[in-house]
Amino acid sequence: MFKQRHLLGIQHLTKEEILYILEQTTQFKTIINNKVRKVPTLRDYTIANLFFENSTRTKLSFELAQKRLSADVLNFSSSNSSVKKGETLLDTVKNILAMKVDMIVIRHASPGVPIFLSKNTDVHIINAGDGAHEHPTQALLDAYSIREVHNDFKGLNVAFIGDIFHSRVAFSNIYCLLKLGANVRLCGPPTLIPKHIEELGVTVSYDLRETLEWADVANVLRIQMERADGAYFPSTSEYAQFYGINRELLDSLKSKVTIMHPGPINRGVELSSDVADSAQSIILDQVENGVAVRMAVTYLLFQNR
Amino acid sequence: MAALKNNKIILSKEKLHFILERLTHQLIENHLDFENSILLGIQPRGIKLCDRIHQILEKKLGRSILKGYVDISLHRDDIHLMDKPQSMSQTIIPSTLDNKNIILIDDVLYSGRTIRAALDTLMDYGRPRDIELLVLIDRRLHRHVPIQAKYIGQSIDSIEKERVQVYIDIENQDDRVEIYTHKEPNKAKG
Repeated sequence: MFKQRHLLGIQHLTKEEILYILEQTTQFKTIINNKVRKVPTLRDYTIANLFFENSTRTKLSFELAQKRLSADVLNFSSSNSSVKKGETLLDTVKNILAMKVDMIVIRHASPGVPIFLSKNTDVHIINAGDGAHEHPTQALLDAYSIREVHNDFKGLNVAFIGDIFHSRVAFSNIYCLLKLGANVRLCGPPTLIPKHIEELGVTVSYDLRETLEWADVANVLRIQMERADGAYFPSTSEYAQFYGINRELLDSLKSKVTIMHPGPINRGVELSSDVADSAQSIILDQVENGVAVRMAVTYLLFQNR
Repeated sequence: MAALKNNKIILSKEKLHFILERLTHQLIENHLDFENSILLGIQPRGIKLCDRIHQILEKKLGRSILKGYVDISLHRDDIHLMDKPQSMSQTIIPSTLDNKNIILIDDVLYSGRTIRAALDTLMDYGRPRDIELLVLIDRRLHRHVPIQAKYIGQSIDSIEKERVQVYIDIENQDDRVEIYTHKEPNKAKG
């Protein structure tokens, strides 16, 4: 059973809690494919989406999930707020809470902000991405999407390819998949793979072909141009040459690999278009499942007062 | 299943089987060949009764009849009053509900709030021609909303502290209905 009041990270969840969320997600997926896609469940509740960092997909997905559950939704983005005037994070949040908000979904560039808020406020908190720390709903929707194709995690080989160093998606996924019994391998240029990461229980490879031969699932991560302020690789074209996945490479493998990507895709860099749009790719399923997972998490958190 | 403490059997296996016979005959009288009808059990407690009635009807009529389950968790009016989290169960709707005759099935009718939620849930799936309600036990003194069942196994007069437990086991046929006294007052589910 699920006893959490907040979703701060996958690190804080047990295997049973993760599986419970995935199981409940299935019921929510039937709702979003219904004739009427809205249920009145959270009509007495107000949720604030505080995005101190840019987001398209996650923000829309959370907002849609909340609206499908009939919650009232407040959207905040730091670019047009008093944060620019020097207001502290806690003051911003306390002012929003004074308007009687029941849940905060927060994205912030600093790791630990969701935990800080959970200790300083009494509302439900969902981490929608904190720096390079965690992005738990992304890991849950990835796990759900993997399970739709492969049924079981035990012994499943999942590779993460690309920028692991800056990726909260990778970290949440590593915690999630290892708890569920999958094997995880990371692959990318040495500059984009954190030192000593093997201690988490993953393996590391710098060879894309070898990794893809090993993998049942390849979750391809975005090259984060906005965070890559150092010289991590000489050029995007060189990156694409060594770590980009194209049709020719996939066709030359012995077995079929499921391709995932958390978006947004740099087409022609980490994935070519004929891979991203192919039948092997479940990228759009990930987006659909994202709404269902976020509905499930929101619903479950509200049940634990 | 072990008997509950302080329990009293209000329907024995034999009597329950007679009641199920009667209920299925009443259904056949109104629905004839069930061409346009769907049995829908309410999750979680109505589904075993729904399965049993479905089994008896198919045996009697020698044809397949549409059956499904409906989960009402998201349409409840008491999510903010719940002591512990409620799991959602599967909703399985076997065909479009538009213009169908729906027979909603639950084990116990108490406040009527579950049925109110079930009606709202069904409307999300389509526009049935009509919806009837079948319950095994009608605790008729406790209604909070104006809802009545069309097919009733047995009506009972009970007090608020009492609980009714229906045991229907499709394999062992260890069927019975018990009533017992609970420490906590009923939070008006059902």
